[in-house]
Amino acid sequence: MQKVNRLKPFFENVVFEREDNHMIVNFGPQHPSSHGQLRLILELDGEKVSKATPDIGYLHRGMEKMAENMIYNEFLPTTDRMDYIAASANNYGFALAVETLIGLEVPRRAKVIRMMLLELNRISSHLFWLATHALDVGAMTIFLYAFREREYTLDLIEDYCGARLTHSSVRIGGVPLDLPKGWIEGLNKFINHLPIDIADYEGLLDQNRIWKMRLEDVGVVTPEQAQSWGCSGPMLRGSGIAWDIRKEEPYELYDEVEFDVPVSTTCDSYGRYKLHMEEMRQSVRILKQLIPMYAQTSPEIIAHAPQYISAPKEQIMTQNYSLMQHFVLVTQGMRPPVGEVYVATESPKGELGFYINSQGDPYPYRLKLRTPSFFHTAFLQELLVGEYLADVVAIIGNANIVFGEIDR
Amino acid sequence: MMRSYSDKQNVQKKPYYSDRFWVAPQISKEAAKSDAIFASDLAVLKAKFEIKEAYIQKGQLVVYIDPKDNVSVLQTLRDELSYNFLSEHSAIDWLAKSGEFEIFYQLLSTSKRKRLRIKCFIKEKEILKSVTDLYNSANWAEREMYDMFGVIISGHPYMKRLLMPDDWYDHPLRKTYPLHGDEVAQWYEIDKIFGKEYRDIIGPEERDSARVDVNDTYRFAHINHEVPFGAEPSSEKTVTDYQEEGGVFIVKKLKKEDAKIVKERY
Repeated sequence: MQKVNRLKPFFENVVFEREDNHMIVNFGPQHPSSHGQLRLILELDGEKVSKATPDIGYLHRGMEKMAENMIYNEFLPTTDRMDYIAASANNYGFALAVETLIGLEVPRRAKVIRMMLLELNRISSHLFWLATHALDVGAMTIFLYAFREREYTLDLIEDYCGARLTHSSVRIGGVPLDLPKGWIEGLNKFINHLPIDIADYEGLLDQNRIWKMRLEDVGVVTPEQAQSWGCSGPMLRGSGIAWDIRKEEPYELYDEVEFDVPVSTTCDSYGRYKLHMEEMRQSVRILKQLIPMYAQTSPEIIAHAPQYISAPKEQIMTQNYSLMQHFVLVTQGMRPPVGEVYVATESPKGELGFYINSQGDPYPYRLKLRTPSFFHTAFLQELLVGEYLADVVAIIGNANIVFGEIDR
Repeated sequence: MMRSYSDKQNVQKKPYYSDRFWVAPQISKEAAKSDAIFASDLAVLKAKFEIKEAYIQKGQLVVYIDPKDNVSVLQTLRDELSYNFLSEHSAIDWLAKSGEFEIFYQLLSTSKRKRLRIKCFIKEKEILKSVTDLYNSANWAEREMYDMFGVIISGHPYMKRLLMPDDWYDHPLRKTYPLHGDEVAQWYEIDKIFGKEYRDIIGPEERDSARVDVNDTYRFAHINHEVPFGAEPSSEKTVTDYQEEGGVFIVKKLKKEDAKIVKERY
């Protein structure tokens, strides 16, 4: 062990001075391309990475611990801070886990609104991914274009729930609000224009020589690796495994809408780029089908379960019993049955799972957040070996990791 | 009626009101026989290993095994029963109740479209074998579990704390660990950055980020009773004028007719 003193604090056993040709490079945690607080200790042989050690924990806020000290409704806004690029997807994953725990059926209109938000979040997240990934690789134009379109999705989400980053747009048992006036028209305009924009991005990137040179055959993930390292989402489908939880274990109304699960068999970064583009088109396709479905639903947006869920606002303000119930649920919290659930949803980044162990108390006894980026970051220690130092940034950008959900 | 047992060491938040006659309902458990795929999987496991309990809850098979079998059970599940993903792996703290950790392995089979949970109990100091040779996704999951609970793992390629600093004291997800950290955590950064001799000068770290002290004029301003940084708090009322009389206008020229309101976004 290293001799520790104040000038030489002990963080890990890394010998930076070496006798051979290898060099140790400390990448991050404040590197602009590390997509957050990722620290990588890279051992370089010439320009090739011979060993990579990802180091995380710089954004650790102890969400699992916080969850054990919060009632279920209190914890929901905290989930915003996991994958902050697509906050509604986290809210939804948590809400679905609690609904499964208490065995609650959500009204159909709430389901449609939730799906709209989820798909908008997926588009927003993929656009953000494309923008930052392209910027890392050196394509500035795409960054500006993709952020312009992302702004429209954020505007729509803001119109719905009032927030652009930390949405908290889903409640346990439904959604807080119905769609505002004119929202559907705005959505319609946006989804009619987005495929044209996606075609523009592809026009700029698909045959772009630099883009292809930086991405093709870089960061190759074999199907065996993807399975063993617990990859999910585009990282898994980029390796030729057609596994989308929306399709295989449909939640909400995903079994009623038509969409394809794009798969890339090239296993490299370029294949995953094409996959993200195709996924956005599929999201647009889902959104198009949701608009007529919304019109056919009845106006309930929150489940009726007075034991667990507060009544709608109008009812609380007008009816005494609903107000009492609301008071109890806010001050004491709901008490779900004793048992445990593991509920996985397809977030934009992959399989987002919530494991809840409930002992019948208003506080979960144990809540484990299974986040896709955590496992993708763990995979970097194998994925980066043998790649060039310049490609490290491209691979990290391509893996679509978000530190809010890695450190939690 | 006996008073219900409550764990004094558990420092997590507890409900302030509980109805002593209220019995929490249970999520129903179905027999493993009710699902054909799970029944055949369980039969394969039962032929080889000691199965303590098995049931289906919310569509997922839960199997309790002996902790010594964990690697071989997962090997069978992966190689023979095609459970190709280890989605999640962690522990639950039951140290107060029985001195044990409950370990769970959440598995997924993409070919069968089934999710299965393998569980086992280990004593606090008992050593659990690593499953990283079978599933690489256990690599960080086990490190996190060691970091958060102090579950000892053998055979891990790089066993080291994952989220907390290496020289952190105690394991934060244990029920005995307070939400805002213990006393050691309070002094951690001061000892590390400045040294122990500075403890008296700097004082302990305030780890409850939500705590607001009205008398603390270093970190907070008491609105309408503002004093210079670090001065004694005062009860005298202060008035804040955003536009001083005769001062410079913040917005110098604003012509309403020139202002443009965007009506359409797209």
